[in-house]
Amino acid sequence: MAIIIDETSRVVVQGLTGREGSFHARRNRAYGTNVVGGVTPGKGGQDVEGIPVFDTVRSAVEATGADVSLVFVPPRVATDAIYEAIDAGLGTIVVITEGIPAHDMLRVYNYLRYRAVTLIGPNCPGVISPGKASVGIMPAQIFIPGPVGIVSRSGTLTYQIANELTHRGIGQSSAVGIGGDPIVGSTYVDILARYEADPETQLVVMVGEIGGDEEETAARYVAEHMTKPVVGYVAGFTAPAGKQMGHAGAIISGSSGTARAKKVAMEAAGIRVGIDPTDVAKLAGQVLAGRELGQAIARTGAPSV
Amino acid sequence: MDLYEYQGKELLRSVGIETPEGRVATSPSRAAAAAADLGGGVVVKAQVLTGGRGKAGGIKRADDPDEAREAARSVLGMTIGGLDVHRVLVEKAAPLEHELYAALVFDRGAKKVLAMLSRMGGMEVEDVAREHPDAIARVYVDPLAGWTDYHGRRLVFEAGLETELLRPMCELFARLFEAFTRYEALLVEVNPLAVVGGRLVALDCKVTVDNSALFRHRHVAQMEDHHLADAQEVMARERGVTYVKIGGDIGILGNGAGLVMSTLDVVAEAGGAPANFLDVGGGAKEEEIVTALEVLTSDSQVNAILFNIFGGITRCDEVARGILTAIDRMDIKMPIVVRLEGTNEADGRVIIADAIAAGAANLSVEESMRGAADRAVELARGVV
Repeated sequence: MAIIIDETSRVVVQGLTGREGSFHARRNRAYGTNVVGGVTPGKGGQDVEGIPVFDTVRSAVEATGADVSLVFVPPRVATDAIYEAIDAGLGTIVVITEGIPAHDMLRVYNYLRYRAVTLIGPNCPGVISPGKASVGIMPAQIFIPGPVGIVSRSGTLTYQIANELTHRGIGQSSAVGIGGDPIVGSTYVDILARYEADPETQLVVMVGEIGGDEEETAARYVAEHMTKPVVGYVAGFTAPAGKQMGHAGAIISGSSGTARAKKVAMEAAGIRVGIDPTDVAKLAGQVLAGRELGQAIARTGAPSV
Repeated sequence: MDLYEYQGKELLRSVGIETPEGRVATSPSRAAAAAADLGGGVVVKAQVLTGGRGKAGGIKRADDPDEAREAARSVLGMTIGGLDVHRVLVEKAAPLEHELYAALVFDRGAKKVLAMLSRMGGMEVEDVAREHPDAIARVYVDPLAGWTDYHGRRLVFEAGLETELLRPMCELFARLFEAFTRYEALLVEVNPLAVVGGRLVALDCKVTVDNSALFRHRHVAQMEDHHLADAQEVMARERGVTYVKIGGDIGILGNGAGLVMSTLDVVAEAGGAPANFLDVGGGAKEEEIVTALEVLTSDSQVNAILFNIFGGITRCDEVARGILTAIDRMDIKMPIVVRLEGTNEADGRVIIADAIAAGAANLSVEESMRGAADRAVELARGVV
């Protein structure tokens, strides 16, 4: 299994002929992902190293049977591309673009709220299911297949933590960057629910940062609905209030959105929160080892003392 | 981006919301002239992007131009919440019957626009929300459906306002919503909203607009106050570097907002004081690294630098070359701790190691984030 994307996903890249689009589409394809087409209005009929280009998402879907879109188009026209993908019937849309105006995303979110569409991002590194497929800009070489699902608002922190896990020999079922903007298509809760339902995932690492209250909402969800263990991390303890820390969504306003409040909420929900990325990987290893021991005991009966 | 009161009021007036007549003044004599021009009693208000202005003495009443001059003399040059007051807004004092609170908020949790109305205006809304949660009427607006009159009716009835205010309040909220969407605001707050002879007048306002949408709003983008930021922040903005001043002595550079925030935390955890947040972004090339180091080293408080790079799109060898070019070009003597991992990490480390072997004594390489932080803290203290 794995979540959101796997070896059966058929990916169309919106903005394939751009610099970023062509670079990452080729990298995704090299990883084994089925990159079946691209869309650039006016460039239909061309190809990027054998990947056919179409004028519209609809024609790309008809010709290739694509079910996932990867969006690289610039922020001013990105929501236009997202609407086109939604209306062309794609079930999964991954938006890498950074800097989309918040009001544009607010309308997109409400447009797809009642539709069966999974939107990941914007301002995200994408999704990887190690050994199966990579859709986005993640450095695939640091991931290995395994039992840990990662969900994060930050790209580089995802890499950092995945790398620490991989160094310890702990692989990942999937890693999902949900994006650093105030409005993103999928929240922690959406992704946690998928990991809970995914038989391959045994533990989830949830990586948070300052701003908003998504981590707090996710913590409540973990306490009420998750049977699988969750290990957490929050970045931004030293961030000053009122300053945007890179990500449009990473800002402490008044007393809300602080790293401390998020850590407290996560720990109250039974999530073990690491003090740094290394500690997170260590905790994940400990919890998994404990779980394996527990499963072994369940299989063989309690060890005699 | 937060707007000053006088800027926010300009946007409110552009959608037909009434504000007191006023003039912006940058000197006591201009404040006196503004008061003479307006006639009668005025209020002299410090223009500063922080709360608690009234309590700090930044708002003064004046009955004539001479008093306005004195009021402006004391308010201009004040420091409120760490910010210097460069301008005052001189406004005609209005007799009012009642002070209300009205706001529209971009609610990122609910993914809707939240409209709020309260009878308890003139005080901090956070205090009202804590002590009298029922005193704030709330209604969510779907951005696709937009504002409709029922939203206004619900607010007025649920806030317990007189029925006479129904029509003016519905009109006011429709206009607030117009301003909110037209200028792509994240917050439009009118507090207090005065009832003056049955009319509604915005006495004070707070407006925050979305930075990502400023390309569509030139006029609003020009409202940005460049005096506000500190020297490094201004320099960083001019050069397209994402930089936030924190104030310590260890300069931090990394790639990706989350990783840089995490690096600040790890440095603080190791007992150090981070000087700044600096994200060189994805795929930074040699020249961008040099630019980032120029910004960072222009902060005289910095006496050690920590590079934390996890290469995805960013290539560690490019970063390493950028560091060496910067050291060479700017003659940087202070210690630099480098931690490179990810794409082309081996090449990057070799480049740094060769430079150290060739005599770059201020460079050192660490493998782990925590190790790099510990080293940077020691070096900043001059322990090593």
